[in-house]
Amino acid sequence: MIISRGFHGRRPTADRKLPPGQYETTGFPVLSAGPTPRLSAADTELSVTAETGRRHTWRWADLMALPSERPTVDLHCVTKWSKFETRWEGISLDVLLADVETDADHTLVSSHGGYTTNIPLADLLDGKAWVVHTYEGEPLAPEHGGPLRLLVPHLYLWKSAKWLRSIELRDEDEPGFWESAGYHDYGDPWREQRYRGD
Amino acid sequence: MARATVQGRLGERLRWRTAEVVGRGSEYAEATTLMLKVPDWPGHLAGQHVDVRLTAEDGYSTQRSYSVASTPEPGYLEITVQSLPDGEVSPYLAHDMAVGDLLELRGPVGGWFVWRPEQEEPVLLVAGGSGLVPLMSMIRARGSSGGRTPFRLLYSLRSPAHGLYTKELREGLPGLDVTYLYTREAPEGAKREPGRIVPSDLVDHGWPAEFAPTCYVCGPTAFAEKASAYLVLLGHSPERVRVERFGGTGE
Ligand SMILES: Cc1cc2nc3c(=O)[nH]c(=O)nc-3n(C[C@H](O)[C@H](O)[C@H](O)COP(=O)(O)OP(=O)(O)OC[C@H]3O[C@@H](n4cnc5c(N)ncnc54)[C@H](O)[C@@H]3O)c2cc1C
Repeated sequence: MIISRGFHGRRPTADRKLPPGQYETTGFPVLSAGPTPRLSAADTELSVTAETGRRHTWRWADLMALPSERPTVDLHCVTKWSKFETRWEGISLDVLLADVETDADHTLVSSHGGYTTNIPLADLLDGKAWVVHTYEGEPLAPEHGGPLRLLVPHLYLWKSAKWLRSIELRDEDEPGFWESAGYHDYGDPWREQRYRGD
Repeated sequence: MARATVQGRLGERLRWRTAEVVGRGSEYAEATTLMLKVPDWPGHLAGQHVDVRLTAEDGYSTQRSYSVASTPEPGYLEITVQSLPDGEVSPYLAHDMAVGDLLELRGPVGGWFVWRPEQEEPVLLVAGGSGLVPLMSMIRARGSSGGRTPFRLLYSLRSPAHGLYTKELREGLPGLDVTYLYTREAPEGAKREPGRIVPSDLVDHGWPAEFAPTCYVCGPTAFAEKASAYLVLLGHSPERVRVERFGGTGE
């Protein structure tokens, strides 16, 4: 370990715990690899396809008719910032996937614009993930993934795909966009799984 | 969006390495280039960044990302840090680090925001402030590989006194066009009124979308959001617009 003489740093707000290597921000930085797509809620269609090929779809009104939840969660981005107590509104994946028949263990999540990310199905269930449309009481802004994004706060934020379009349930794991670029397959911030091999 | 790819053995890229500051270059009052000797550094692809880790005397440590500014080469790299008011890390790197000091870094990181000398299409670089850093590595990599593909750079900066790599850009390179977009204060006689980037800047000084250039946009998030949205509005296909957002909300 190299000590930087005279470097003091800024500690996180008292009684909050940061994952290793992270620092707290109160802003809301943006991470994505391309330009922000402009999508309208009215044209939204979300699909879930099981490994059998069976496809389920929801239009905006269908989604709004489902029971919604208001999770307050901490976000951890692989670019090192963490943001505490963000408030969202959306639909639990437990609700969305309730009627989907599957034996798959893996998912590949796709966004408008071509972005993809892979997540074990178990990490989307049991109250751990949502599709969200509202942030701090306002419709989700395009640069933060609006109109609809995935929220999987226990993994690094690149797993919470913006501009959500589809979720494929798969027997085999397939790496997504950043995962193929050397980022970690699973991405647990508490184990500092930033890059493949971490 | 095509698959991003990376070079190099993974274990190597993940290892924290000790870098020694072997030189400091002052760009302007708030921005400093640190010249780093990193034994067994494998080199990088132009556009990639490193993760830097600083540790305080009581063991507290924190990390930030910094783009590599220099031409890819083994054993050595340069980063350029713009010191932000109240920043936790950037003032320390820009003002307090002296020749002979050590820091930890790992990388290179990033497989999408890269330019490779094999690429044949024209290139548009759009930089806001310190967002010039990875784009300068692309310009330098093009120069050192004897590249002939035409590059255009649009560089948005506060005033003539806030430029990075001023002398090197002024000397120029064949096939590289540089346009300065001053946001606060333009030099005397400048035709463009100072102000933030607008679509007509990209029309006047960029490439037409029909030329299918690869566009690299880098800078503070608000700048990168705006410039990349304009490029898409002007007909550039989103897959050809690669964006690196540095954070913050400033200019
Ligand atoms: C991939 C990548 C590459 C980067 N490359 C470079 C580089 O080559 N050179 C460089 O100087 N920086 C670069 N950055 C930004 C750098 O990582 C730090 O975020 C920056 O130096 C601020 O760190 P800090 O600890 O000083 O500020 P912090 O203590 O983290 O923040 C202080 C204040 O500044 C704001 N802020 C944070 N970042 C910025 C920003 N970029 N612009 C304006 N305000 C901001 C914060 O919201 C906060 O209010 C890069 C970032 C990324 C993600």
